[in-house]
Amino acid sequence: MAKKVKVYSTSTCPWCIRVKQFLKENNVIFEDYDVGSDQVKADEMVKASGQMGVPVLDIEGEIIVGFDKDKIKQALGL
Amino acid sequence: MEVFDLIIIGAGPAGITAAVYAARKKINFLVVTGDIGGQAAWSGDIENYTGYQFVTGPELAQKFEEHMRKYNIPVKENEEAVEVNKAGEVILVKTNKAEYKSKTVIIASGKRSKELGVPGEKEFKNHGLTYCATCDGPLFAKKDVAVIGGGNSALDAALQLIRIANKVYIINNTESLGGELVMRHKIESADNAMVYNNSRVAAVLGDKMVNAIEILKNGKEERLPVQGVFVEIGLIPNSGFIKDLEKNERGEIKINSRNETSIPGIFAAGDVTDVPEKQIIIAAGEGSKASLSAFHYLVQH
Repeated sequence: MAKKVKVYSTSTCPWCIRVKQFLKENNVIFEDYDVGSDQVKADEMVKASGQMGVPVLDIEGEIIVGFDKDKIKQALGL
Repeated sequence: MEVFDLIIIGAGPAGITAAVYAARKKINFLVVTGDIGGQAAWSGDIENYTGYQFVTGPELAQKFEEHMRKYNIPVKENEEAVEVNKAGEVILVKTNKAEYKSKTVIIASGKRSKELGVPGEKEFKNHGLTYCATCDGPLFAKKDVAVIGGGNSALDAALQLIRIANKVYIINNTESLGGELVMRHKIESADNAMVYNNSRVAAVLGDKMVNAIEILKNGKEERLPVQGVFVEIGLIPNSGFIKDLEKNERGEIKINSRNETSIPGIFAAGDVTDVPEKQIIIAAGEGSKASLSAFHYLVQH
């Protein structure tokens, strides 16, 4: 079964756009949270990752900060 | 160890263009780079790259990458050059992961954000302190923040933040703000912006996250409670990994019109060089020039 993927991002951040592009190219379905407008999700992201930089990915509980292609591939088994 | 014809360091507009040209010359080469797209990937709206009346930075970076990938170029991503040396006819490129040998090298490693160099900066990076207002700005809605710097990029960051943050302090170390007049007026007329001239940051303070900065205003200490710190004090060239090259006072690698550096066989292109203007289209053009120069060098040697 496909892993549950969440992306915490802001609408303006270039790496967020790239990370989402990357996921789409690999046919990964994900939930997209705009932490710039959703304060609850912003708090959730800070709590989960212990930091405030975007993007943050939550792949079935594994937290990845930034567009770290290698880590993302590994977590998704790509 | 295999000796490559060419190693390109960096994959921004200059490095990628150099790679495309090298691929078309069918030489044996490699690209080593920390990221793909370089500063172009961080740019907002681009309206002066010929052929695109309007394109965003990430989109253009994506196009560059697609163009490079079309040629099946071997790209070592997440790999930063740490040392480049020429011994005899061979250039040794050491990265954080491996070592390579090559007959020629193109340095296209670009620029990065300048750091403040004060206590707390490293500890609180991404814990309230950021170098990318465009990225992380929206997370600071209704919070008190400080923008460090007084040039265009600082004013740009401040203007983005004025719209969403509660209070915006601008910490500028000169007598008055620089940058464009239009932006300055907007900041000076904003109710929630406060400009601290003749001021510099002494420390970034906090617990898990930033909760204040300490500044020196005209030599007098003052503490400002903020949850966000945006560092916008300019850029420095990524040229530290190569010691023996001639550089200018800003640390940019000196090149001639053929992109040759002071060491034969080592070429440089784009923002890491002393080329007069820093533009995406110029970096791309310089990358193609450097690649052709490296090719001519290989033919002659």
